[in-house]
Amino acid sequence: MPEMHRTKQARDRYNVLWEWANPVKFMWFSGLALPWLVGATVVTMAVGLVWGFFFTPEAVNFGSSVKIIYVHVPSAMMAISAWFMMLVASLIWLIRRHHVSALAAKAAAPVGTVMTIIALITGAIWGEPMWGTYWAWDPRLTSFLILFLFYLGYMALWGAIEDPDTAADLTSVLAVVGSVFAFLSRYAVNFWNQGLHQGATLSLDKDENIANVYWIPLLFAMAGFGLLFVALVFVRTRTEIRKRRTHALELRERMADA
Amino acid sequence: MIALLARDLRLAFRAGGGFGLGLAFFLIVSVLVPFGVGPEAEVLARIAPGILWVGALLACLLSLDRIFQLDFEDGSLDLLATAPIPMEGTVAVKALAHWITTGLPLVLAAPVFGALMSLDERGYWWIFVTLLIGTPALSMIGAFGAALTVGLKRGGLLLSLLVLPLYIPTLIFGAEAATRGIGGFDNATPLLMLAGITAASVALLPFAASAALRINLR
Repeated sequence: MPEMHRTKQARDRYNVLWEWANPVKFMWFSGLALPWLVGATVVTMAVGLVWGFFFTPEAVNFGSSVKIIYVHVPSAMMAISAWFMMLVASLIWLIRRHHVSALAAKAAAPVGTVMTIIALITGAIWGEPMWGTYWAWDPRLTSFLILFLFYLGYMALWGAIEDPDTAADLTSVLAVVGSVFAFLSRYAVNFWNQGLHQGATLSLDKDENIANVYWIPLLFAMAGFGLLFVALVFVRTRTEIRKRRTHALELRERMADA
Repeated sequence: MIALLARDLRLAFRAGGGFGLGLAFFLIVSVLVPFGVGPEAEVLARIAPGILWVGALLACLLSLDRIFQLDFEDGSLDLLATAPIPMEGTVAVKALAHWITTGLPLVLAAPVFGALMSLDERGYWWIFVTLLIGTPALSMIGAFGAALTVGLKRGGLLLSLLVLPLYIPTLIFGAEAATRGIGGFDNATPLLMLAGITAASVALLPFAASAALRINLR
């Protein structure tokens, strides 16, 4: 019957996607992809940063301090993207119980935290000459500080719970609820204080973006940070899976001894 | 559920400490801040809503681990989990009990402490109203945090770290509504947002909290 056939096909296609959640397959694929990923990261980051730092003109009002955007903007972008990725991975773990997903969320958290710290510190370094202060309670700055607190809480919860499945479950619940509150905080903070930080200079739907001389190296830097994030998450997820395996092997050995 | 509420309230009153602790902390904050800031009435009146809100929030934070911890340790939480009332109901009742023992005394006492911070009559009213609307959200969010950390030996610090960012929107809208109300400005927006946070927390967080409790009891 043609209809049944079609549904089976659809189901097969559907299953193909989830096969990547198999740890063995993930290890195979990530092992294969990692050298390429690292290579691409090094190339794009080198192009973006070197181009941005040394071969762009100095902006009229900002002098050479404008060049910090090649670190600041990509890291800020990845700080938010990393949390979003953790949310999606947490949802996949809660709904479909794929262990790789939970471990990927765990692996992404420290990377996202570091990205948040980089964004905050580069922002402070930029803010001192431009605004005359390292820190202002500006909505964007404050939102990032709150995001940083969310990351800290998330990682602390992972660290505090011994049983890995319980930890994965509880951190996933925290990620879901935390995302709602993080979104709410963003709104609340905007309401609370109109800030110093400039609005979005980079968006796809506006006519007036920054000039192409800055924009193109920035694109490279953003791609580089994105690839860096993926590569780091791959490495860390592989480590987590291996750790899980050694733990399982140890347990088995102890059982055999007893 | 009423029996559970009565039981929790009885425990809180008779065990001692739980009931007065938040209030005492609130008192400490309100008394110490003028010593730190200086006795000028204008300065105190200006920072009073913020200080009172932060004090209420911290006093609330102080007693959060009592919501589930004791019941978890003596095993009554397992019994409650297998009881005919749904887990969500248990969580909601426990959050309510926490609010009655911690939030409500703070709400009632806030105008008195407002006098220490040289607020005027309008100040008493708005502090009272914003805390009355906002503290249930604090209890409910706290119950969620407590449910996440109930299985841990030393969950107190972690609980504070988890709950801190979750409290920020409530604090912002609550303090903003109080400040604007005292200043005589229109404060409908923050007040409605505050009420919205409370309503949404009470409606949705029991599900998240009971999911966390079920995981911890597994």
